[in-house]
Amino acid sequence: MPIIVTENLTQTYLSAGRPLTVLRDINLAIEAQRLVAVVGPSGSGKTTLLGLLAGLDRPTTGTIRIDGQDMGALDEDGRAAFRARRVGFVFQTFQLLPTLTALENVLVPLELRPGGREAGDDERARALLERVGLADRGHHYPSQLSGGEQQRVGLARAFANRPSILFADEPTGSLDAETGADVIDLLVELNAEAKTSMVLVTHDPALAARAHRVIQLRAGTIVSDEPSA
Amino acid sequence: MRMVRREQRGATRRLGLHAVSIAVGVAALVAINSFRANLADSVRGQAREILGADLELRRGSPLPPSVDSLLDSAAATGVTVSRRTTFASMALAPRSGRTRLVQTIATDGRYPYYGGVETSPAGSWSALADPHNVLVDPAVLIELDVRVGDSLKVGDVTFQIAGSVTNYPGRVSLQTAIGPRVYLPLAALPATNLIRRGSRASYLASLRIGNTADVRRFLYRNRELLRSEQVRHETVDETEDDLTEAFDTFTRFLGLVGLAALLLGGVGVASAIHVYVRSRLDAVALLRCLGASGMTVTAIYLVQAAVLGLLGAAAGTVLGVAVQLTLPHVLGQFLPLDVAVRLHLPAILQGLLLGTVAAVVFALLPLLPVRRVPPLRTLRRELEPVTSRGDPVRLAVAGGLVALIVALCIWQAPNTPTGLGFAGAIAATALVLWVAARTMMGLTRRLFPHSATYAVRQGVANLFRPRNQTLAVTLALGFGVFLISVLLVVQHTLLRQFRVDFRPDRPNLVLFDIQTDQRQGVRALLTSHHLPILQETPIVPARLYAINDLTVEQILNTPGNYVYHRWALRREYRHTYRDTLVRSETLLQGRWWDTAARPRGSAAAGQREGGVGAATERQSSGAEGQREAEGETGTAPIDRPVGSDSLPLISIEEGIAQDLHVTIGDRLTWNVQGALIETRVASIRRVNWARFEPNFFVVFQPGVLEDAPQMAVILTRSTDVAVRAVVQRDLVERFPNVATVDLTLLQRTLDTIVGKVTLAIRFMALFSVASGILILVAALATSRHQRLKEVTLLRTLGAAARQVRTVLLTEYAALGFLAGFTGAGLAAVAGWAVSRWVFEIPYRVPWLGLLAFWVGSAVLTTIVGAATGRELTRRPPLDVLRSLAE
Repeated sequence: MPIIVTENLTQTYLSAGRPLTVLRDINLAIEAQRLVAVVGPSGSGKTTLLGLLAGLDRPTTGTIRIDGQDMGALDEDGRAAFRARRVGFVFQTFQLLPTLTALENVLVPLELRPGGREAGDDERARALLERVGLADRGHHYPSQLSGGEQQRVGLARAFANRPSILFADEPTGSLDAETGADVIDLLVELNAEAKTSMVLVTHDPALAARAHRVIQLRAGTIVSDEPSA
Repeated sequence: MRMVRREQRGATRRLGLHAVSIAVGVAALVAINSFRANLADSVRGQAREILGADLELRRGSPLPPSVDSLLDSAAATGVTVSRRTTFASMALAPRSGRTRLVQTIATDGRYPYYGGVETSPAGSWSALADPHNVLVDPAVLIELDVRVGDSLKVGDVTFQIAGSVTNYPGRVSLQTAIGPRVYLPLAALPATNLIRRGSRASYLASLRIGNTADVRRFLYRNRELLRSEQVRHETVDETEDDLTEAFDTFTRFLGLVGLAALLLGGVGVASAIHVYVRSRLDAVALLRCLGASGMTVTAIYLVQAAVLGLLGAAAGTVLGVAVQLTLPHVLGQFLPLDVAVRLHLPAILQGLLLGTVAAVVFALLPLLPVRRVPPLRTLRRELEPVTSRGDPVRLAVAGGLVALIVALCIWQAPNTPTGLGFAGAIAATALVLWVAARTMMGLTRRLFPHSATYAVRQGVANLFRPRNQTLAVTLALGFGVFLISVLLVVQHTLLRQFRVDFRPDRPNLVLFDIQTDQRQGVRALLTSHHLPILQETPIVPARLYAINDLTVEQILNTPGNYVYHRWALRREYRHTYRDTLVRSETLLQGRWWDTAARPRGSAAAGQREGGVGAATERQSSGAEGQREAEGETGTAPIDRPVGSDSLPLISIEEGIAQDLHVTIGDRLTWNVQGALIETRVASIRRVNWARFEPNFFVVFQPGVLEDAPQMAVILTRSTDVAVRAVVQRDLVERFPNVATVDLTLLQRTLDTIVGKVTLAIRFMALFSVASGILILVAALATSRHQRLKEVTLLRTLGAAARQVRTVLLTEYAALGFLAGFTGAGLAAVAGWAVSRWVFEIPYRVPWLGLLAFWVGSAVLTTIVGAATGRELTRRPPLDVLRSLAE
C-alpha cells in the first residue's frame, strides 16, 4: 500500500505575467518506509514537488493522497494540522528559530499539535537530542551552534512528532563533505529506527546513493524513476 | 557617485520609511518656527490696536490729585485722556432671575483710540453716552439668558443692555477668566454704590499722545511722580515687547517639544542604518575586496543617508507648512490678535538643513564599522567588522553628535539655560528610558512564564531575534508615550491642586466684599436659605510702615539695600485676625497666642495713635487725609519703649518673612488706613495657597483690628445648583456690592484654561508619538524578510494560521506593552519630581490616565503591527519556500 499517490499533478505559476508550468503531469506512488531521492538540475521543479507532496500549497490541477487523505480536500489550516501530526521536515538552511534554544526548537512541532504540549514531550525532545549527540547543548541558541550541530537539531525536530513521512530539502547542502556524511548517516539511521517514509531532494550523489529509489526530474517532468544501484 | 547611485537602488525602499521619521520632526519644527515668525509680524502690526492707546497709566487705587492735575494739564496741550475703572461685581438679569460675577469696565467711552470696538448691533458703543445704558460681552447674554434691550442690574442701578461687544482691545488675561465683561458709563459708576473703601478696583487712564518720541518725553518728564505715586504705565513698544517675548517663549517651548520629535527621528535613522549596514556587509566586503578604501565605502553610505535625509526633510517641510495652516486653530484661543499665516523662508530653509544634518550625524555612528569590514569576508562570511572601544574616530563622532544635540536645543530654546536644561533632560530621559527598556527586556526574557501557550511564548521570544530593533522601538515609542503622559501627570496634579473640594464640610460658594454693616444681614439671608456659615473672615487692608526701627521709606532710600524685596515692602497687605490656625496652615516656629489673653496693645494703640476707630472717620476725607495721617504719626511708634507683652502679636507666613528679613520677636509697624499699629512677630506659619479659601500673609491676634475699616468673606456651601442660584440672586438684590464666586463655575473656567494650554503642548507631543510609530513601522518593515521566514517555517511545521497570528500579535503587543510601560512609568516618576521640586505641591498619580496610555500604546502597536504583518500569513508557504530557496 503506497503512502503517497499523485495523479496528473501539474503546478503553474505566474512569472512576469506569463504562466510558467513548473511541474507537468506527475504520477507517482511512494511505498511506505522507503527512502526516495528526488534529483535534477536547478529549476527542474524538485522543491515544488516536495512542497506539494507536503501540502504546502494546492496543485493547479491533479490530486495528492497521503495515507489515503486527499490533500486537495483540506483547507490551509487542515493541511497544517495534518502536517503537525504526520509530517516532518529537514531544511537545507536548517531553519531553526533563532530565538529558541536547541531543546525548544525540537519541541516546536509538539507544541504546534492541535492539542498542544503533552506529558512526556520534554523527555522525548531530550531523548532525541541525546540520540543526535547533543544532550549537553539543549540550552544553547542556534547562533551558538556550528552548522553540523544545527542540522542535527533540525533532524531531532523532524522526528519529534513521530511523523509517518519525512521531507528533506537538500539536508547536506549547507554542510562540508565530512559533516554532511555524518548527517546522512544519522538521517538514514533515524529513518530506519522510526520506520518513517522519506522523500528527499538532493544534489548530493552520496546521499542519493543511500536511497531506495531515485526519481530524476527535468523541466517539470520525471525523466527517470528507478531503484538505487 | 556612480557607486552611490548603484548602492542606492536597494536602499531607497528599505530606508525610505526612516527618512519619513525625520520628516515628522522637521514638519513640527518648520510649522512652529514659521508660526512664531507669523506671530511676531502680527504683533508688530497690531500692538497699538492691542493697547488701544499710546500710553496707559494704571493704579490699584484712585489716581491721586497730583496725577489728576498732570493729566488735566496734558489734556490742555492736546493729549486725549480717557479714564476707566474696572472691578469685579455681580450682575443680575431681572427677566431671567440669573446672576453672574462679571468684570465691570466703567468707561468714559473715549477709549480705545486705535483698533476700535466692534459691537452688535453695529455702532451701539456710542450708546454709553447715555448713563442708563450698558454693553456686555456676548457671554453675558448667553449665561444670564437675556437679549439686547433687556435690563441688567449692576450695583444699585438697573441699566438697559444696548448691545453686545464682539471685539474690544486688550490682552486675554486670567482676569477675564473671572467672568465676562460688562461696559458701563463712567458717569453712572457712583450711582451703583459699588466702589467703597477697600474695594478691589483698577483705575486706568489711556492717553493719545501722537508719536513715540512724545510718549517717551512725557514718561521721562513725569517718571518721578509716577513712581512715587505707584502708578504703573505701559507704552505701545512695551506691549509689543511683552507680547513678542511671551509668544516667543511659548512657541519656543512648543518648538522644543517638536525638536524632541526630530531627535527621535534621528534615533530611527541610526537604528535603520545599523540594521541596513549589517545586511550590506557582504557588499561592503566585496567593494573592499575590489580595492575601495574604508573611507570610500563609508562615504558611499553617508551620501546615501544625506540624500535620504534631504528627501525626508523636504517632505517634512511640505508637511510642516500644512501643519502651520492648522496652528492658528490650535493656538488661537490664547491670542488676542489675528495671525496672518505666511510662508517663512528662513524657517523652511532651517527645516531642510536640520533634517539633512540630523540624518547625516545620526547615521555616522552606526556607519563607522563599515570602515573596518575585512575584505576577507567575501571568502569567510563569519568574519565580523573589527570594533575597538577606544577608537578615536568613534569618540569624535559621538562627541559631535552630543554637541549637535546641545546646539539644537540651545538654538530652539527661549534662552541658553533652558536649552542646556532641555538637552540635559533629553539625555537623562533617554538614558533612563534605555536602562528601563533594557531592564524590562531582561526581566521579560527571564521571568516570562514557561507555562504560557507556545504561540505566546514564541511571540515574546521574537522580541529578542537577532538584529532585533526592540530597544530602538521601545526607546522611540516610550519617549512619545513619556512626553504625552508627563503632560497628563502635570496637568492632573495642577488641576487637582485647584480642584474644589466637594466633601460635605467644604465650601463651594464664596461671598466677598461684605461691609461690616452688612454682615448681620448676609448671615441672616444665608440662614433663611438653610445655608451654613462655614467660615467668616474679616479682611483689613494695610501697608507696611516700618520694620523694627527703620521705616519702609528709609529702607527703600538706602542705596544698595537689595536684601529686601521691594514688592514685599510696598504691596498692600490684607490682614485678618482670629484665635486659631485654619486647615491650610501649619505653625513652623514660635507660639500661637493664648486665646484667652487679649493684648493690652489694642487700647494702647488706640490711645496713642488716635485709635483705629478714629482712623475710620479720618479716612472719609479721602486719600489726602490718609497721607496726612501718615505724616502726623509717622515716627511715633519708633521711639516707643518695647516690651514683649505690650505689643499686639502677629503670625507671619514663611515666604514673606524671608522677603522682609524678619523673624520671631521682630517688630512690624502697619499703616492700617491711616492708623499706625506696631506689632510683634510671634510665630511663622506655612500656608497652602492652592486652596479656594481665604489665606493671609499676616494674621493678627484678636482684639486689635476689630474696629478698623474692614470687609468680610463668608464661605458657605450648597449642593443644590438651584439653591445657589436663588441665594446669589437674593444677595445681589439686597447687597449689590457683595460679589459671589461659585467655585464650581470657577473650577470649570480653570479647567478650560489649563486644558487649552495642554492641548497646544499635546499637539506638539503628538509629533513625537508619530515619530515613534513610524520608527515602529520602519522597524517592522526592516525585519519583514526575517519574519516571513519564521512564519513560513512555523506553517511548514504545521502551525495553524491562528497560531501564527497569535505569535505575531503577541510580539507587537509585548513591544507596545514594554514601550508604554517604560514611558508611562517614567512619566509617573517625572511627575512626582516636578510636583515635588518645581510646583512644590502634593503629588497624586493619575493611575487611570496612565493605564489608558499604557494600554493605548500596546493596542496601537498591535494594530500597526497587525496591519503591516497581514501579508505574512497570506502567501502559501511553498511560495515563500521557493523564493527563499532561489
